[in-house]
Amino acid sequence: MTLDVAWADRWARLSAERIAGAKDELTELDRQIGDGDHGENLDRGFRAVVAKLDDAGDLAQVGDLLKLVATTLMSSVGGASGPLYGTAYLRAAKVTGLETLDAHAVVALLEGALEGITARGKAVVGEKTMVDAWQPAVDAAEAAANDGGSPVDVLAAAASAADAAARATVPLVATKGRASYLGERSVGHQDPGATSTAILLAAARDAAAVDVGDGR
Amino acid sequence: MHDAGAEPGVDGAAGDEVAAPRRRARIALVLVSHSQQLARGAVELAAQMAPGVALHAAGGTDDDGLGTSFERVSTAVGDALAEAEGVVVLADLGSAVMTVESVLDMEDGFDGRVRLADAPFVEGAVAAAVTAHGGGDLLEVLTSAEHAGGTFAVAGGAGGQEGAGSTAPREGDRVSEGQGATPGATVVVTNPLGLHARPAAVLARLVAGYDASVTIGGVNGASVLELMKLGATQGQELVVAGEGRQADAAVDAVVAAITEGFGEV
Repeated sequence: MTLDVAWADRWARLSAERIAGAKDELTELDRQIGDGDHGENLDRGFRAVVAKLDDAGDLAQVGDLLKLVATTLMSSVGGASGPLYGTAYLRAAKVTGLETLDAHAVVALLEGALEGITARGKAVVGEKTMVDAWQPAVDAAEAAANDGGSPVDVLAAAASAADAAARATVPLVATKGRASYLGERSVGHQDPGATSTAILLAAARDAAAVDVGDGR
Repeated sequence: MHDAGAEPGVDGAAGDEVAAPRRRARIALVLVSHSQQLARGAVELAAQMAPGVALHAAGGTDDDGLGTSFERVSTAVGDALAEAEGVVVLADLGSAVMTVESVLDMEDGFDGRVRLADAPFVEGAVAAAVTAHGGGDLLEVLTSAEHAGGTFAVAGGAGGQEGAGSTAPREGDRVSEGQGATPGATVVVTNPLGLHARPAAVLARLVAGYDASVTIGGVNGASVLELMKLGATQGQELVVAGEGRQADAAVDAVVAAITEGFGEV
């Protein structure tokens, strides 16, 4: 499986599908410790992404597609996850001006995304935010690439790590973002941002696993 | 996405720009809010006080919901840059700030001509607009916005007291001790509503036009917010003092403006 612009296109569309499916779950998680709009906001954003992709002409590089996702999310999500994910995709786009990604380029993509999120949100690991899923995902991706894993292996490692890390946010006390208003009462709830991160990275992995003849 | 609503700010400022085709301020403002109405309202308010400044509202999401839109902010900043040498952006709440930062992040080409103010939305917008109207440069307008934060908090005690103590000759005197200072003149507020927003803006713009620092009732005469904070009412005496090359002329002009009652008498 080649990680090219067709893969990025499938990733974005699969993300939209998965986010739509998880909308109620995300909203419920966010209702418990946030303002209850995470699922709806992301769903709106990714539906806009799909509409943009349908209208977009042929894109040559992975970064072109990620940039389109970035600007669309920034313009349509509304809540804080718009600029956060938007900047993540934007920084990822800046390091993926390539027609195909090798394992190290996948790591760079994920590192770029994490860097964008921390630049925008100023969160660090342990504050019960999406960073708690992204950082382990990047670490796992790096390890997989250094072990000689394929690009798809790297994505798979990142996705598994993000999924485990999202669940590991349950016992954390939120100290950043809206949930921090709740302090100790945020304990016992899974962070919605970390959860959506796990969904998006699983979609990245699964988009690479499906071999589709015609990516569009 | 580029159709109606992509340039929500223009309508807020356009009327004033047409009415006052005076020389354009060097710095334009972009006001970013979760609410399109709030952004437009802030533009309207600031425009009344600073008609010579290009003001752009960028509020709401692309479908006019509550939130902020990268595209609207980006468009507004682009439009503002096309007509000014620099742009100061104000934003209302957390994710609006993030959206602005994203736009600045994305457009590496702004070359430092666009700055996001860490300032309260309404107070900062008004203060920045008046400073821009007075010909302030990017840093001066930015600083004006960022210093707007404490203005009303400080007012807490004295501000509401019918100006008790706000004739405050103490600070005025202190200023007039400086070299080249005018001894200061005393003027009585004549208009019925006193130094409310519009007269305060008139005075601040007036003061900004002179090469002098002027205090009115002990506060900075170039600061619309400090003047409003005075809460000076009709019949109240204010000491006007100046310092600098054009201090005498500036003090005379301020005294005349207050005496004439801002067209409200």
